Amino acid sequence: MTAVDVPAVCGDRERVIGWLQEYGVYVGVAALLVFNIAFTPHFLSVENFRTQAVQVTPVLILSLGMALVIATGGIDLSVGSVMALAAAMISLYLGYGPVAAILVALVAGAAAGAVNGALVAFAGVQAIVATLAMMIGGRGLSLVLLPQLDGIRNAGIRELGAGDLLGVPYLVWVSAALIAVVAFVVRRTVFGRRLVAIGGNRRASELSGLPVRRTLLAVYMLCGLFAAVAGVLATARLQASDPNSIGQLIELSAITAVVVGGTPLQGGRMRVAGTVAGAVLMQLLVSTLIKHDLPPSWTQIAQTAVIIAAVYVARERGRR
Amino acid sequence: MTAAAAQDGAGAVGPILRTRGLTKRFPGVLALDGVDFDLSPGEVHALVGENGAGKSTLIKVLTGVHAPDSGEVRYRGAPVRFETPLRAQQAGISTIYQEVNLIPLLSVARNLFLGREPRRLGLIDFGRMHRDAARILHDYGVEVDVTRPLDRLSMGARQMVALARAVVADARVVIMDEPTSSLEPREVETLFSVIGGLRERGITVVYVSHRLDELYRICDRVTVLRDGRVVHTGAMAGLERLRLISLMLGREMAQVERQGATTFGGAHEQRAAEPVLVAEGLDAHRRLHGVSLAIHPGEVLGLGGLLGSGRTETARAIAGALPLRSGRVAVAGVPLRRRSAAAAIRAGISMLPEDRKGEGIVPELSVRENIALAAMPRLARFGLVSERRIDRVVEVFVERLRIKCAGTRQKVAELSGGNQQKVLLARWLALNPKVLLLDEPTRGIDVGAKAEVQRLVDELAAEGLGVMLISSDLEELIEGADRVVVLKDGAVVGELSGGEVSEGALMQAIARAGRAGAGGDAGADREVEP
Repeated sequence: MTAVDVPAVCGDRERVIGWLQEYGVYVGVAALLVFNIAFTPHFLSVENFRTQAVQVTPVLILSLGMALVIATGGIDLSVGSVMALAAAMISLYLGYGPVAAILVALVAGAAAGAVNGALVAFAGVQAIVATLAMMIGGRGLSLVLLPQLDGIRNAGIRELGAGDLLGVPYLVWVSAALIAVVAFVVRRTVFGRRLVAIGGNRRASELSGLPVRRTLLAVYMLCGLFAAVAGVLATARLQASDPNSIGQLIELSAITAVVVGGTPLQGGRMRVAGTVAGAVLMQLLVSTLIKHDLPPSWTQIAQTAVIIAAVYVARERGRR
Repeated sequence: MTAAAAQDGAGAVGPILRTRGLTKRFPGVLALDGVDFDLSPGEVHALVGENGAGKSTLIKVLTGVHAPDSGEVRYRGAPVRFETPLRAQQAGISTIYQEVNLIPLLSVARNLFLGREPRRLGLIDFGRMHRDAARILHDYGVEVDVTRPLDRLSMGARQMVALARAVVADARVVIMDEPTSSLEPREVETLFSVIGGLRERGITVVYVSHRLDELYRICDRVTVLRDGRVVHTGAMAGLERLRLISLMLGREMAQVERQGATTFGGAHEQRAAEPVLVAEGLDAHRRLHGVSLAIHPGEVLGLGGLLGSGRTETARAIAGALPLRSGRVAVAGVPLRRRSAAAAIRAGISMLPEDRKGEGIVPELSVRENIALAAMPRLARFGLVSERRIDRVVEVFVERLRIKCAGTRQKVAELSGGNQQKVLLARWLALNPKVLLLDEPTRGIDVGAKAEVQRLVDELAAEGLGVMLISSDLEELIEGADRVVVLKDGAVVGELSGGEVSEGALMQAIARAGRAGAGGDAGADREVEP
């Protein structure tokens, strides 16, 4: 009897793991929503959702760029420092008007990404090393450019950080637009197909005539650009440029969101909706614990548990 | 065979190592099938055979990497069973692999004495260690600063260090796996004199190589493996070169002209005057030495030669995947200006690589994404993917190649080897190439898929495609190809066409080339055995 039962159980277990890999992150988000609706006072209010959406914005935008990089089999540790670089640029170039300042910040982000990409694609440096260098160097450069916190008194920037359109904050509009752009790029463009193929098998992609290096360069540039956008938005919300503390350790939150969202760290696969859900899941988790007055250490432990669960599920899939 | 093995060579002294009925089975393969193998003290024993013959498995069983399923290993007269490679090494059996297994960042002297450093008061006596190391390496023709890290040394010098280390560790049997594949000619000479020294000291050397010239120069006896069985053991001297090749390839000279068992049709008689592909003077450092060939539309050109002769390198060079020192490639009369895979593909060259898993499939992607991978730019407009166009192309090829999948959205990793190979063929055919280079297109796929692939090659040639076929399956090569270019040590040494294309003629061409010593320096090419 048992001999007959075992394979059935194994099959079920495998199916459950596979299903969790695919939809686990949505189940997590749904569970947290249900829990909060039941136990958290004032959770179901427009104001609360607005706050959550605004708070998740930087990590969400970073994780989109990060997911592109991870899908190629790389990683980008420098996104937090690129945010700081963008913040410093805003402060330095605000004299030319908010639009010019934001453009300079975005160009700086793309340039930092280009350096990462060139090191990875052309010099053959490992992604983790190249972007670690940029993580340290980018932060240092921002602090040289802007040694201390600089308050920003500019109507345009303040409007970007606090204003809304049709009752929805600009910050949320921007992240929604970027989600749409990334989803389009991944699903519909040749570039999107290429980056996933490169992550899946780089040698095969090269032999198939794909422009592997150019694609990698573009992917890291996009990631840098997205980090700069996140830096601009965070600066606008804070009404201050603070290169010292902005984006500290945020690269880890972004990587967590991507992994929890079901994009495997070894690359070859890219999930846009899952990445968004991953960022939302981590945001809800933190805010739930804070609202229930649990100390920050609990938050860290809960995050750890989610990461381990996500990696465990991914490992099971890889072993099949 | 075994009777011959027992009476031969061992002389007055008993064998130092002897196996009887050694059998090792892997899932789906019988890697060793009752192997009887003897080594006498102080002999240099050649171990030869083609891919998959069981050489590596035999070495791994002897050195404790694998445990045999049945059979016996006797070492110095007593039955042994090494549980780990370390045990085998401690007992005196050392292996020197192609990729030297030393520690690159430690000093040369540390590597030489690792685990048996001279000590004083419990600490390593560096002064003595360095003096001893320099003295020992001097005998091996290695004059280096022994305090430098090992990775500063050339591959050849590293191999000498590995060899010296084996001797320092009191090895009685030293197994060398393709030792000359990464050596310069001068280093090869040094290696041979070192081997001579080992022989005088009564140390047994097992020498694995595909370079027949080397075997005849330094080996006393030879054992030929084929399909996991010993097909011949005997003295090296007096064994005819042609006979050795036919033993390795498994074709008795008498049965060479018999009826074919492959699904190839007859020759493709239509040959246009203008070749579709011309390659001239392909030269890659130590791998290819001025290879020139031409492929005509509607023709299947076979590349013949033993393992390591430069067949794969020739295909890769034409496809822009191997950096060249010189040489040119032209498709339909138009020379390729840039050397890259992308440029070759644009010109109409498609190459099916040998390593299906490592260089072919993208396992996480679906069947349709894999088929469309290379042709993606042609199936898109303004950088946007057209699902409709992809589906049309994919449908055509899934049907034509009879790819068996649960649907074109199924992950390619879930398919059988034969169907994966068909997906890759579809990827390359979707480019509508003028020239198709096939490197071992039927290796590791089931019989049914093999027949289908062979039939497809025939059809494609009949449609006017220029095809180049590389195959270790001699039957496949002879019956599939209209013409065969024979390679040895990275150079063209012969060509067979029309009625000359036969197994006997091919083997003779390979053997003849060896004696003539044609092509390049002795330490020439290297084809990595998978």
